[in-house]
Amino acid sequence: MEPLDGNALAGLLRDVFGAETTGAATVCGHCGARSVVAESVVYVGGPGAVARCRSCRGLLAVFVEVRGVTCVDLRGLERLGD
Amino acid sequence: MTAVADETPRARTLALEVPDWPGHRAGQHVDIRLTAEDGYRAERAYSLASAPGEPPAITVERLEDGEVSPYLVDVVREGDVFEVRGPVGGYFVWGPESGGPLLLVAGGSGVVPLRSMLRHRRLSGSDVPARLVYSSRTLEDVIYRDELAVSEPGLEVVVTLTRDRPAGWTGRTGRVGAELLAEVAWPAADAPLAFVCGPTSFVEAVAAGLVELGYDPARVKTERFGATGGR
Repeated sequence: MEPLDGNALAGLLRDVFGAETTGAATVCGHCGARSVVAESVVYVGGPGAVARCRSCRGLLAVFVEVRGVTCVDLRGLERLGD
Repeated sequence: MTAVADETPRARTLALEVPDWPGHRAGQHVDIRLTAEDGYRAERAYSLASAPGEPPAITVERLEDGEVSPYLVDVVREGDVFEVRGPVGGYFVWGPESGGPLLLVAGGSGVVPLRSMLRHRRLSGSDVPARLVYSSRTLEDVIYRDELAVSEPGLEVVVTLTRDRPAGWTGRTGRVGAELLAEVAWPAADAPLAFVCGPTSFVEAVAAGLVELGYDPARVKTERFGATGGR
């Protein structure tokens, strides 16, 4: 499956965080790369959405919707936002 | 859905009437969610094709193995209703205040959000110099062909065809590679602002090519739609 990028998460992130988040700064918890959400490598279409670091492909975030509740795992992000 | 316009044999523009639409920015998209009778749901993102201030419209190109696009291109009719989330996105957006010079590079239906930016530029009376480089498989597949053929002050449009060269075609052919970019992209010294939208591999190649030319990576904004659907 060809990956998308963080722009594809805009709707989901707005629902989760209540604000536009694709332009937010990110720091990868694996390699320390600084980027923005929109530039992450995103896989959708499985049971959820997965965002990976464009530099090291480390896992940044996972979003899974279970019975109408979105579960969010941001463990791979050292920082989100400024 | 209030109106349909065919753009190419595989793409059409759907005008939407969305209750409480807050207005949108050029480059934003909407998520469209379809629910089948058995409850199965599919959701895809589609870029807004209209300019800010215009009613929302999306242009959808049919992917032969798609779940959503064949329905939107072949089946949906005026008056049909579906779920829309948006407008969303705040990274891949342009307004006159963003400045330029503006370089827009599109692969296939990646032209849709860039068309919104160009319409916004025109309707807002912006004099930011702009160039659109648009890669299309065939001439028949060029979306907004008539609109892009109208000359506008400060705007240059370069179409390149990657699959065939129709009789009488005097434009460019071949992929958007280093050679074409070096020739048509604004010099890096002008501190251009670039937006690149298309299939993932296209965007990777063009963005890398622009950085190679000296473009500031922070001013090369990208949006990838993969081959799995959307936009």
